[in-house]
Amino acid sequence: MNSRERILGRVRRALADVSRDDTPYEQAVARDYAREHGDRSVPETVDLLAENLADYRAIVHRTDAEGLAGLIAGLLEKRGSASVLVPPGLDEGWLASTGVTRVTDRAESTPQELDRVDSVVTACAVAIAETGTIVLDGSPDQGRRRITLVPDHHVCVVRVPGQVVSSVPQGLERLDPARPLTWISGPSATSDIELDRVEGVHGPRTLEVILVGDA
Amino acid sequence: MSGTFVGMPAFPEAAREAVANKTLRGNLRHATHTIRAKRAKAVTEVSDWAELREAGKRIKDHTLRHLDRYLVQLEESVTAAGGVVHWAADATEANEIVSQLVKMTGESEVVKVKSMATQEIRLNEALEAEGIRAYETDLAELIVQLGKDRPSHILVPAIHRNRGEIRDIFSREMSEWGRPAPEGLTDTPAELAEAARLHLREKFLRAKVGISGANFMVAETGTLVVVESEGNGRMCLTLPETLISVVGIEKIVPTWRDLEVFLQTLPRSSTAERMNPYTSTWTGTTDGDGPSTFHLVLLDNGRTDTLADEVGRQALRCIRCSACLNVCPVYERAGGHAYGSVYPGPIGAILSPQLRGTGSEIDASLPYASSLCGACYEVCPVAIDIPEVLVHLRERVVQGGEVTREGNKVVLRPAKGHAAERAAMRAARWAFTHPGALRTGQRAASRTRRFHPRTLPGPGKAWSGTRDLPPVPAEPFRDWWQRTRGGKDGAR
Ligand code: SF4
Repeated sequence: MNSRERILGRVRRALADVSRDDTPYEQAVARDYAREHGDRSVPETVDLLAENLADYRAIVHRTDAEGLAGLIAGLLEKRGSASVLVPPGLDEGWLASTGVTRVTDRAESTPQELDRVDSVVTACAVAIAETGTIVLDGSPDQGRRRITLVPDHHVCVVRVPGQVVSSVPQGLERLDPARPLTWISGPSATSDIELDRVEGVHGPRTLEVILVGDA
Repeated sequence: MSGTFVGMPAFPEAAREAVANKTLRGNLRHATHTIRAKRAKAVTEVSDWAELREAGKRIKDHTLRHLDRYLVQLEESVTAAGGVVHWAADATEANEIVSQLVKMTGESEVVKVKSMATQEIRLNEALEAEGIRAYETDLAELIVQLGKDRPSHILVPAIHRNRGEIRDIFSREMSEWGRPAPEGLTDTPAELAEAARLHLREKFLRAKVGISGANFMVAETGTLVVVESEGNGRMCLTLPETLISVVGIEKIVPTWRDLEVFLQTLPRSSTAERMNPYTSTWTGTTDGDGPSTFHLVLLDNGRTDTLADEVGRQALRCIRCSACLNVCPVYERAGGHAYGSVYPGPIGAILSPQLRGTGSEIDASLPYASSLCGACYEVCPVAIDIPEVLVHLRERVVQGGEVTREGNKVVLRPAKGHAAERAAMRAARWAFTHPGALRTGQRAASRTRRFHPRTLPGPGKAWSGTRDLPPVPAEPFRDWWQRTRGGKDGAR
């Protein structure tokens, strides 16, 4: 008997005392918890996102479509970045105002190459206001998971209010489980040393989120 | 079966030593109180906490009740997504599978994400025996590994170390394992974290094999989920070419939607945050993004035996948030090492003796490593009634009875007179002579009174016939304490 059969057999024997229950799963679990917490207008939800992002030490900026390219150029300059990673499907216009060297997100590039890049600019799939979370799903404007991990500076653009949801349940609903997802709430952090919070151990130590009006 | 740590004393002795260690106690108290207070605040932010907790409990119970079906479904969906599924009945088998998989890559080193399951099976040691070096990459695990130490807390494994000790460990040991600590390293947390960043980055960038656990596995989609703070998890999950995840079979949830419950309750219960900095999910492999080979090792190692126990099986609902540790007055005093297992605190006291059986002295004593105050149950996000299971296991230790070991029904004999007596009485005496360790005991009195009897049942009877046992009155413990000792001598 192989281990698969052995384990499944043990599970079945272990459950011999449990009465058969064929309630379909949808009915087996009451979901009377809230779909979202609180009653907010759309602008209030965006404000809450900004507030919670900042609370977890992300740097939040707000602008409109016209201001975006200038803002990104300014952030890269202020940071002193010499190079920026660009996902293949990133809106060309976003980097129109900066002269910083672009590095394309390629499958062949080695982690060491990524490590030499200063900043990365991406879009996101959805942002969750109640938790201050942005979620990346590897779409062409977000790139491979590692490009937002290895460089020390991540600039993420969120279209508001279109990409903003209130809550975790609403966020999950919008996401495709088949894609690799990265949920980001603030920059990398640790509290392992006497519970003192230190930003940045392995992931980007600086996370800048730009909320851009898409109205 | 993974054995007990070699030479591990039973809980009461280990606890006594720990209680005498002032640094440890200071660190622990600071940590548990800080996290506890923050958690309470994070929970009040969510108006539907009770409903989320109930849903979490039900989802897990439903999954456990149909675990065979969900395991098969998970296997199918992971396979369909490009992963390879392996089944491991025990630690030895899991370690062999992982060693083989690593060898097949031709590599001799791996980077690891903090994982309770791989600690439970002592994977690092097994790999080392095969000539494979495993690097822990979570900052706390790094501290533990470099310090040749053992973790003492589920969430913050190096909580027993203070910054000075960490500095010394880094300065002394880092060069043995790779990039040395910078000259003149101070003990500020930021500098220590930076030293760890540089030391580990070198390893991440060259790693070809990553090993992880998982917080959740979704049967419906084949998705695995890892929740973390530092980004070392993301490094290990995405940079290597091969990813091997070792996950206990109880970590399944049926549907994608179920994550909406746990991604709300886990971070708040664990780090007291609205959301942890990073959560990664992956479903098999994705072309051009992340590892091209993914192996999932499904681990039993005592879980099906636990499932067979109608009272104890609820321990399998545990999502390892560690909230119960932080509220436990006994843990706060004794520290994680006293539990002699990778699962410390209240959950360890019920999980370890079930996973490993109660054959050893430490496992027989663990169900007594509690004041039964009920605080652990109150905070548990999946409503595991830890006191109920503790009482049940005490009964099992003292009276014996039918249990399942490695899939077979066996009749456990009552612990031999001496062993039962020792386990029960030492633990009881320890707890009862450390009233400072005991907080509210409202739930303890009535329901557990028969397990603090004036005479021991079974083999202890003769012994207790000639001795006084610590009495437990019907009123809540704390009231009793206040009344009988009036708070004087209350410190110890
Ligand atoms: S038993 Fe409950 S509180 Fe303790 S770690 Fe598990 S889920 Fe958390």
